[in-house]
Amino acid sequence: MDISSINPFLLIASLMVSATPILLAAIGEAVVEKSGVLNLGVEGMMITGAVVGFVIAVNTGSPALGFLCAALASAVLSLSFGFLTQVLLTNQVATGLGLTLVGLGLSALIGKPYEGIKSPTLPSLDIPLLSDLPVFGIMLFSHDAIVYLSILLVAAVWLVLTRTRIGLVLRAVGENHDAAHALGYKVIRVRLIAIMFGGACSGLGGAYISLVRVPQWTEGMTAGAGWIALAIVVFASWKPWRVLLGAYLFGGVTVLQLNLQAAGLAIPVEYLSMSPYLITIAVLVFISARGNQGAPASLGRPFHASS
Amino acid sequence: MKIKTILTTAAVVLGVGSAALAADVKVGFVYVGPIGDGGWTYEHDKGRLAVEEAFGDRVETLYQEMVPEGADSERVMTQMALQGADLIFTTSFGYMDPTINVAKKFPNVKFEHATGYKRADNVSVYSARFYEGRAIQGHIAGKMTKTNKIGYIASFPIPEVIRGINSAYIHAKRVNPDVEFNIIWAYTWFDPAKEADAAKALIEQGADVILQHTDSTAPQAAAEKAGNVITFGQASDMGEYAPMPRVSSIIDNWGPYYVERTQAVLDGTWESVDTWDGIGKGMVGIGEISDAVPADVKAEALAMMNAIAAGDYHPFTGPLNKQDGSPWLADGEVSEDGPLLGMNFYVEGLTGDVPQ
Repeated sequence: MDISSINPFLLIASLMVSATPILLAAIGEAVVEKSGVLNLGVEGMMITGAVVGFVIAVNTGSPALGFLCAALASAVLSLSFGFLTQVLLTNQVATGLGLTLVGLGLSALIGKPYEGIKSPTLPSLDIPLLSDLPVFGIMLFSHDAIVYLSILLVAAVWLVLTRTRIGLVLRAVGENHDAAHALGYKVIRVRLIAIMFGGACSGLGGAYISLVRVPQWTEGMTAGAGWIALAIVVFASWKPWRVLLGAYLFGGVTVLQLNLQAAGLAIPVEYLSMSPYLITIAVLVFISARGNQGAPASLGRPFHASS
Repeated sequence: MKIKTILTTAAVVLGVGSAALAADVKVGFVYVGPIGDGGWTYEHDKGRLAVEEAFGDRVETLYQEMVPEGADSERVMTQMALQGADLIFTTSFGYMDPTINVAKKFPNVKFEHATGYKRADNVSVYSARFYEGRAIQGHIAGKMTKTNKIGYIASFPIPEVIRGINSAYIHAKRVNPDVEFNIIWAYTWFDPAKEADAAKALIEQGADVILQHTDSTAPQAAAEKAGNVITFGQASDMGEYAPMPRVSSIIDNWGPYYVERTQAVLDGTWESVDTWDGIGKGMVGIGEISDAVPADVKAEALAMMNAIAAGDYHPFTGPLNKQDGSPWLADGEVSEDGPLLGMNFYVEGLTGDVPQ
């Protein structure tokens, strides 16, 4: 065993990369759930974002355009979920699961001709001066733009939810849609916008996997990241900064366990492999045990103005 | 009620209709990953296409991708048998028990299970001697590593994978006594993001050669990004990553076997067999060794390949000790197939434990 061969700074750098897709999807889903909608289709929207981002980036040679189109495509896809659940009042759980299946199938179809192709990848920014710092340079300041964007997004979501009128309305809709409706807020419109925001974030997260983290297209490549994102929203008690913490914790344990294995740690591999999930479950149990989890009161409940 | 009757009648008519058009033999394939993985499943599907090519209208093939190992696969196999498949290839180790279970229920359907060891009257097993290719990889890896650290992304601790690790290690060690293997067990055959992370972790810890026993090309992409790291195509050529990082590959070639077995069903001569072929019979191919490999190393690798193909050299030839130092093969002794098929130990020099 040679733990010293693990470079903690490289480890933090790779955990940020590894956690970014989950972070993006989770922060989007947190907003959706704050508005009182449970969208279980995160996995489907991520994989759609992954394939659309990849296809566009390959055809145009521009990863930035790929990310943009990925966000748009997943937002449009999520709108179908919004239409079904908000206008036609279908069951949110079933529709969300359906969205995942549709996304997986659709992405396989779109991606078929793009298998085995390499994509243009996003250059790391290497922020001038800062990236030359001895330790923090490689750890914090030599990532690509999306890593920073994801952190900024968390800050923006926090700011909007807690410090602005829009955030207040969104939370009111999520806590008690009847009261919000009585006050004259457009419950369905607010929720549709939240759903599209969540879709766009999931799409960005998916595109990050296919354009930066892996980077190539293979069918089913999100491999459950969307489900982890859903767990992290609960884990975070619907609080934006805790979403960041949760995603980095999960990403960190995932990367750490691979590094520990590579270093030859004498812990049985099975325990290391299950550790990210075990820790997620343990924290979820811990949070539930404390009582108030902060779930929006109207989460998952259908709304119709007549009721 | 009326609608139900109409539907049933329609179904019967359609059923009869399709039966009349049916091919002489229907062959099913169960895949563990997507065809587009560029590796393991991609090559099995090439085998399926070879069957279609060889028999044309006389054969109809069915396939199902991304079938999880375990109970779900039983459902898929049962479905195929009910759809009238005469021969079903189940192409991953984890389908072993499900294959045996389903085969019991359909004694008239022939099953072929890849890489397993359980047979029945209507279940054959087949596999390729991938370890022969691993020996050549080990040789090239041992010669080319500068950090003397070789990273190995393993999938599941089953004999086939352990055999590959041992074979690669023995031949790397032979040409480079300082070589060290870092092994990551990914516990998946196919998860590009995890494979990419594993490759990155190994590279960050100083490995400049990455060997993989997982099915996607993600480790190749990670190595390419890191620069100065070499890899080998796994199961398929992965030639889009040549000449660097991919310097060679192990290619599975299932087509001839699938055609032969389908022919046997057509002729009515199919019986349960145990097939384990290697480079000699063409079931294992070595992808072109790229120019990134020095000419002398390439020549040695090719010489080893020819010796293995001709049967002059066996990768598991003594003297070899087990990890705990106990003797396994005496000087010049060649391993029987039995211990290789059930291999659950590392050879001397490897560190860490085989997960149990």
